Amino acid sequence: MKTNRRNFIKTSGAAVAGGMLLPPFLQSFQNVKISANVKYYLDQFEVSAEMLQRVISEALSKGGDYADLFFEQKTTNSLGLEDGKVNRAYSNIDFGVGIRVLNGDQTGFAYSETVTLDAMLNAARMAANIAESKKEYQNSDILEKVPSNYYKISRKWEDVSVKDKVPFVQKINDKVFSLDEKVIKVNAFLNDESSYVMFYNSEGRLTYDYRPMISFGAVCIMEKDGQVENAYSARSFRKGFEWLTDDLVDELAREAVDRTNILFEATKPKAGEMPVVMGAGGSGILLHEAIGHTFEADFNRKGTSIFSDKMGEKVAADFVNIIDDGTLENNRGSINVDDEGNDVEKTYLVKDGVLNSYIHDRISSQYYGVNPTGNGRRESFRNIPLPRMRATYMEPGPHTKDDIISNVDYGVYVDNFSNGQVKIGAGDFTFFVKSGYLIEKGELTQPIKDINIIGNGPEALADITMCANDYLIDNGTWTCGKDGQSVPVTCGLPTVLVKKLTVGGSV
Amino acid sequence: MTKQEKYNLAKWAMNHALENGAQQVSVSISNNRSSSVDVRNEKIDNLEQAIQSNLTIRLFVDKKYSVHSTNRMKKEDLARFIKEAIKGTRFLSEDEFRTLPDPELYYKGNGVDLKTLDAGFDRHDPQQKIDLAFQTEKEVFGKDDRIISVSASYYDGLSERLMVTSNGFEGDTSNSYYGLNAQVSVKGGDARPESYWSESAIFYDKLEKKGIGKKALERALKKIGQDKIASGEMPVIVENRQVSRLFSPVISALNGSAIQQKNSFLVDKKGEKVFSEKLTITDDPFIVSGRGSRLFDSEGLATKKRTVFGNGVLQNYYIDTYYGKKLNMEPTSGSTTNLVFETGDKNLEELIATVNRGILVTGFNGGNCNGTTGDFSYGIDGFLIENGELVQPVSEMNITGNMKELWANIGEFGNDVNESSSWLTPSVLFEGVDFSGM
Repeated sequence: MKTNRRNFIKTSGAAVAGGMLLPPFLQSFQNVKISANVKYYLDQFEVSAEMLQRVISEALSKGGDYADLFFEQKTTNSLGLEDGKVNRAYSNIDFGVGIRVLNGDQTGFAYSETVTLDAMLNAARMAANIAESKKEYQNSDILEKVPSNYYKISRKWEDVSVKDKVPFVQKINDKVFSLDEKVIKVNAFLNDESSYVMFYNSEGRLTYDYRPMISFGAVCIMEKDGQVENAYSARSFRKGFEWLTDDLVDELAREAVDRTNILFEATKPKAGEMPVVMGAGGSGILLHEAIGHTFEADFNRKGTSIFSDKMGEKVAADFVNIIDDGTLENNRGSINVDDEGNDVEKTYLVKDGVLNSYIHDRISSQYYGVNPTGNGRRESFRNIPLPRMRATYMEPGPHTKDDIISNVDYGVYVDNFSNGQVKIGAGDFTFFVKSGYLIEKGELTQPIKDINIIGNGPEALADITMCANDYLIDNGTWTCGKDGQSVPVTCGLPTVLVKKLTVGGSV
Repeated sequence: MTKQEKYNLAKWAMNHALENGAQQVSVSISNNRSSSVDVRNEKIDNLEQAIQSNLTIRLFVDKKYSVHSTNRMKKEDLARFIKEAIKGTRFLSEDEFRTLPDPELYYKGNGVDLKTLDAGFDRHDPQQKIDLAFQTEKEVFGKDDRIISVSASYYDGLSERLMVTSNGFEGDTSNSYYGLNAQVSVKGGDARPESYWSESAIFYDKLEKKGIGKKALERALKKIGQDKIASGEMPVIVENRQVSRLFSPVISALNGSAIQQKNSFLVDKKGEKVFSEKLTITDDPFIVSGRGSRLFDSEGLATKKRTVFGNGVLQNYYIDTYYGKKLNMEPTSGSTTNLVFETGDKNLEELIATVNRGILVTGFNGGNCNGTTGDFSYGIDGFLIENGELVQPVSEMNITGNMKELWANIGEFGNDVNESSSWLTPSVLFEGVDFSGM
């Protein structure tokens, strides 16, 4: 078990913009040093520790229970290739602070894109309006929380010139074209992101994170006898420039070409209910949709999830262990600290087939009286935190992939997906299959493509009758949306047999 | 910032880019103000306010192209940002097709007032807005034993955008919006069906303020007992507000980028009859207070009324300046404004009455469409129709097919146009759709 160092820090008067008159309760903080890390982040956001405390006091001036500030500076760069050339670039800078006030489970929220004291106090006053009581707030001492580091990198994206990135995008195009004569077009992209966040709350907790992200991939478009098909391959990680290599380019190009080629022979299966073998990797979309969202504690707290009131119940076979993990090294879904300043962890949602934990943010963990699980995430400083997934996967089981496929008389094997969705209350989830195979008499036969598969969460979970030992995380560019907010996630699954799902197709 | 100050800043940024090596530049500044209140279980759940600004600059540097945006609007920050952006652009490959639009095609002013802004935006009482959310929730709260959760939201916003380009365009637009919605979850067996209803308007006074909660509750209660039925080929009616889900792949396929990249099932089809002759759609940017009304598009091109499909014949793609040059076609604007569907003469109930056995689709659940081939497969829920009547709620089913066949097999359009969207879709009856269920 990791212990996190907690430093008491006191704010230094020297950090304050010239000659500001401090209210009496801040006087005691003068002449005490703050850590180099804290100073770095305060400087990055052009604020002082005193300003943080002033804004929190203002946010709680109407009697709220709790307030927090979430500062963020995000730089995004994107390169695009079309018709053989890296001929477009995009960049974006987003900067600001979100101010949240909680009054019980009620939320007041406002944000400011400038960090002058006046602008922040204005936003704090708006957020304060959620409360109306005589309760008074006493500022806490500042407690620095040093976060973990799950994504060590060598070369930060912000230090990398466009010049150094362009060749990789060009190479993936050239490689795809070299692999197959049927290729008529390639679209390639490289998106990098550097995000700095700083968090401070009314309990005095001050923490921070640097979050790198890279996504790289290509869409391959092929033509054969007048038929056009396309598929893509991509990877995404919290890694630095050192991650880009020629081997990676080759791997992605090969995958894009293979995935497109298979589509020329693929057909639609016959529609109806049948066994579905979920191939190792991206099939984790099943967990994300069928189980993950419905375990998010905000839905359960409100009673709107099909899994509400089912904690501690046996919901799946003994070998089913489902995890939501924020600590995987360099994973797209990992975070060093969540967006409410809490430690992230490896959370068992289902342990030995029994529902073990929901996915919590601050509000829900207080409602249920449990420790936060580090799932409070937000798209940006413009949004309130919600319970969100990170990397969601299932541990390996007792069977093998061959056992599982040979067990199916007629069904489908699926391993390449584009999107999924779930209705929280009904538990009905879907995922869209880009490609897979028919299974006939225990063997993979005809390729299939472009079909939606639909099932019911609790039923599908209970219907997982076999699970292989070939667990794999899919490191694609998964983005999860909820209440209009997008956050990066990943998913993974060993090869699994779901006894019965409804497969789209021809009648 | 006043509008004049924003114009000044945009022109300053444009000139700064021109002085630092760009040959052509376009700068836009947008601002949004918004607020929302969510009410749940007779309490405010969430109260939010936001003010947002952004500057976006499109750079054409030695035939190389890039786009950059930032919300750090101080001149010193912008100056550094623009210089860096130009430096990075020089490392890209040349693209001979990148230019600003032909100035002849720009909107040059003196258009009609399209009435997309509520001049009284700041005058509406904030407490009255909160009360609206409470009233909407009250229409439902405690009204039925099966209710698990009710929430209602009021939201509004004002967006402003202005743009200047180095070859002579100047223009600005403002839009306001107001919305009210309700979401209801009910208990029915093991499942907890939920439904939703919403209304929105450009003017506060035009916003439908009553009956939204009630409608959401009715729709949720009707879903109790949802089940799948046997797979089969059936006629399907898609409710007006849901039609856009099946039509958006068609619009994507008309996009210049998809056409030029051969990523569309409608490549080289202009002038051909591709869909049912019952399909006639006009793109009309000039509807007064239309949700998609505008005098110029995001590049500054003056908008025009155009037929998209005339009796099933594809008449216009959506082509912007760049893909127009690549395809050697006239630019028509890269996005839809208001899509006006030619309607039939029956309302939804009358359409349902014509169906012997089929399905009414009232919601989609996931699924996708392959833009290259038009093959689609979507999860749906709705109702089984027998002898012209809704007999059973259905869910956990898929519809699967191809867009070209789907839109070629239109049985009939309803007359119940969805006014709450820029796509003015009526309900549609499609013949012979494949359903997968049990």
